Amino acid sequence: MRAIFQSKTFAILTILLTLLVIWYAMAIKLNTPWQLGVYERAGISEWTNSQFINDTLNQKRPVLPSAHQVFSEMYVTIFQKPITSKRSLVYHSWITLSATLLGFAIGTLFGILIAIGITNNKALDRSLMPWVIASQTIPILAIAPMIIVVLNAIGLSGLLPKALISTYLSFFPIVVGMVKGFRSPKGIQLDLMQTYFASPMQIFFKLRWPSALPYLFTSMKVAIAIALVGAIVGELPTGAVAGLGARLLSGSYYGQTVQIWSALFMAAILAASLVMIVGLIEKRVTKNMGLTT
Amino acid sequence: MSNTPVISAKDMSLTFETNDGPVHALKDINLEINEGEFVSFIGPSGCGKTTFLRAIADLEKPTKGEIFVNGMTPNEARKNRAYGYVFQSSALLSWRTVEQNVALPLEITGISKSEKQQHIERTLSMVDLIGFEKKYPHQLSGGMQQRVSIARALAFDAKLLLMDEPFGALDEIVRDHLNRQLLELWRKAKMTICFVTHSIPEAVYLSTKIVVMSPRPGEIADIIDSSLPNERPLEIRESKEFLDIAHRVREGLRASHSYDEENA
Repeated sequence: MRAIFQSKTFAILTILLTLLVIWYAMAIKLNTPWQLGVYERAGISEWTNSQFINDTLNQKRPVLPSAHQVFSEMYVTIFQKPITSKRSLVYHSWITLSATLLGFAIGTLFGILIAIGITNNKALDRSLMPWVIASQTIPILAIAPMIIVVLNAIGLSGLLPKALISTYLSFFPIVVGMVKGFRSPKGIQLDLMQTYFASPMQIFFKLRWPSALPYLFTSMKVAIAIALVGAIVGELPTGAVAGLGARLLSGSYYGQTVQIWSALFMAAILAASLVMIVGLIEKRVTKNMGLTT
Repeated sequence: MSNTPVISAKDMSLTFETNDGPVHALKDINLEINEGEFVSFIGPSGCGKTTFLRAIADLEKPTKGEIFVNGMTPNEARKNRAYGYVFQSSALLSWRTVEQNVALPLEITGISKSEKQQHIERTLSMVDLIGFEKKYPHQLSGGMQQRVSIARALAFDAKLLLMDEPFGALDEIVRDHLNRQLLELWRKAKMTICFVTHSIPEAVYLSTKIVVMSPRPGEIADIIDSSLPNERPLEIRESKEFLDIAHRVREGLRASHSYDEENA
């Protein structure tokens, strides 16, 4: 019995259950005013508690949809629509995911290159880092439409502009992490390479790069999650027709709160899976490097 | 070649510029070390013994005077991979196995695969580490890690080995064992070894020549040629000869005022 209480599954289930209870309580509370209005207009003056609760939890456009509404909407839009359909959540997820992955890949590459520049060149260290930091103080919601419009003007549209907004957000943690990583070798290890008369290239590939790898994975976990946020934000300003951002936007136009929430859940699931995949690759790589103790 | 001293320093000084003003790490050092000698540098911290070793290795540049390694400038010597350097801590790369760590310097010079394998086996057997090739550093004890770093320093077959307090972090028992192994290695490989330590018994036990140094500025206080035989069982440390040399080292250290200053 005690083993059950102390197990990880039990802990997770307890939290999940608590969240569900709070969710349903909030749904009933927030949807009550509307439901009372519905009854009044219909001239219904008497109802049972169970009937009332049932009605508040199954409204068509609830202020806060209940869990089962969201999940059944997700089930229908994920499994019961062909994935090429515009009603399929898988279709929209893929649109967003492809922009996310492209943006993340460019951002990672770009971030590593900037970090190499910063760690190898004093002038770049002093001149570039403030700009890198400044770039992240601009609210992404403000700059995203600009990027889309400017790129459109030079003939770039579709996947790439969205991906570039992902890049804009995701290169930052990579730069910060890799600058730290490339500087992580101890003085004694650098001296050792000096005694071998190693070239700067050899020092980079034999010492700095492997030393920085653990930092790279930590940064990539942060970067891939915000790359997804970037892709979704990138879908908003153009009134995009496809992608999770478009689902959020059209949901809010038409008061389709159930649709909004299922898109939000989908985004969360995607983000969690992406971070997990990076984590698995990290485990594999560090194991091959003998770094796991 | 054998007439050229392995190391020769002439009026060598080295000053570090710091925010608190210049620090005279070494002042007017004159020293010659010949082929096959085992030279210990001993002195309190701040006496410049490590700095001198680093100057030989071209990790620091003298600000005055000159120093030659095998008749070359330290930079040329480093380019020719004329020495192996063992640091205070093993400085092994944690993502490389024992054999990959030993292979690091060979990868940098670039030699054939079969030659590399031979090198690894030979140097690892010299430090008694056969059977541990596939282990990672964190799976080894501190003493074994330091032995790996010695094997790594032997990779170039350099005839000069520079060692900076290599056994400082190890316990006495392991240290005794490694001291004996090191002496054996030195005799067999006919190398010249420069060894920085602050243990008097270690210096006397290992060396054919002991350089006693004094701090602020770092100067040579005394140079003692050891009369101990090349064959040295651990028991030699209780002989009168051994104790006499240790006494002279201690006198040299005391004369350099380093203890008075600390008491004041």
